[in-house]
Amino acid sequence: MIINHPLLGPRDSEEFVYLGSADLINRPTNWESEEAAEDFYQYLYIRENIAGDNRELWYHEQGDQSWLVVTRCTLTHEIKSVELAQDVSRAQGRSK
Amino acid sequence: MSKTKYSALKVLKEALTGHKGWEPAWRDAEPKAGGYDVIIIGGGGHGLATAYYLAKNHGITNIAVLEKGWIGGGNVGRNTTIIRSNYLLPGNEPFYEMSMQLWENLEQDLNYNAMVSQRGIMNLIHSDAQRDAFMRRGNAMLFADAGCEYLNKKEVKERYPFLDMDNARFPIQGALAQPRGGTVRHDAVAWGYARGASDLGVDIIQNCEVTGFNIENGKCLGVQTTKGDIKAGRVGVCVAGSSSRVMAKAGINLPIESHVLQAFVTEGLKPVMDNVITFGAGHFYCSQSDKGGLVFGGDIDAYNTYAQRGNLPVVEDVCSGGMAIMPMVGRVRLLRMWGGIMDMSMDGSPFIDKTDIQELFFNGGWCYGGFKATPASGYCYAHLLATDEPHEVATAFRLDRFRRGEMIDEKGVGAQPNLH
Repeated sequence: MIINHPLLGPRDSEEFVYLGSADLINRPTNWESEEAAEDFYQYLYIRENIAGDNRELWYHEQGDQSWLVVTRCTLTHEIKSVELAQDVSRAQGRSK
Repeated sequence: MSKTKYSALKVLKEALTGHKGWEPAWRDAEPKAGGYDVIIIGGGGHGLATAYYLAKNHGITNIAVLEKGWIGGGNVGRNTTIIRSNYLLPGNEPFYEMSMQLWENLEQDLNYNAMVSQRGIMNLIHSDAQRDAFMRRGNAMLFADAGCEYLNKKEVKERYPFLDMDNARFPIQGALAQPRGGTVRHDAVAWGYARGASDLGVDIIQNCEVTGFNIENGKCLGVQTTKGDIKAGRVGVCVAGSSSRVMAKAGINLPIESHVLQAFVTEGLKPVMDNVITFGAGHFYCSQSDKGGLVFGGDIDAYNTYAQRGNLPVVEDVCSGGMAIMPMVGRVRLLRMWGGIMDMSMDGSPFIDKTDIQELFFNGGWCYGGFKATPASGYCYAHLLATDEPHEVATAFRLDRFRRGEMIDEKGVGAQPNLH
């Protein structure tokens, strides 16, 4: 698979480490809330595990060490889009 | 039990009478209008074994096994056929040892030649730390009556002179062996269980994809399929590899990711290895099939996928692992390679449990260890479906164990499924 890095251009997926669903960006923010235990359980352990276009986190370990959000079809391995994870995260209102 | 009992005498008789007396081993059925007491979704090894043990051990015979494609076309036909019970943790080891005991008696029980071959399995050791870890594992195996044996460097070299004993990075210092481990003819497991179940009255319905569940007031009343709605007293999902897709139809998200595991077989050789050899440090494992091909595999591809094929970097990784530890494989040509989809769970261990929906049960999360578990998985799932209680060796395989903090994490890597 070739990942089209927004800054570095097309790179072999071998240069990256896969973490999992891009939902992992959405770490629960309020650890003191009544629902915190349930929120963290859902965040850490439960996966949508989509068959189709999946947004997922890849880390460019052997490159510029950036985190990317890659939208990739889990049925065909076709990569549809690649974004910098920090852009995605900031667009959601997080600080980084 | 079987309408046609297989035996040497039967083979001889058929040979002399033009093989006119053979019948299909199992009955291809269509859905019954009145529905079933139990519907098993998934005609793989685990699903067929579940139906067989439900009928045999619990006397429930009004059962249908629904299969989207053809029986045995999923992971039971895609694995590397290895059986073993060399686990460490108390939640796992007694279960896998029960499975091993069921394998040992499988062919007599089913009257079917599954070519169970207890040729032994050997896990190579490369460092003092790894030896300590394997000694601990060996003791856990002895506690569960699984049996094990420690081999020193000299004994390993005498048995398998082709191993690269003095590998610069991973010199071989010994091995933990389980002489009762081995291999089984995987397709025959599906066919044998199908025949056993069919003879006891189970309907095996192929080309019947489940498209939804009929759920009312939190209770599952049946399934919607490509062959129409089918009523059921109880539904058991048993579709490892596609678990998330099927359970999503009931609105349930699981602690599972789907990953692909690739496997490989070489051209046929004369007998060179009479054992299963695993090189865990480089993640390569290998055995020789009865046809002579070296069957081997390694790590999963490590990204979510439902495609039953992998990518070339892992092929290179697995083959370099093989070259590192048994350089003689470099002269053998690769014949075929394929992939199967694994339910990778958050702690590397499986689930056999009820769900929050009444009368809907779940079996899955087998990671890349499902084949060896087939008999015990069916046995324990049948026990749960028939009695509402988990079997005593399967009490830890609960779906809510992460909520309670009671993981069964053999490798201790946490909720990172591509590392298990």
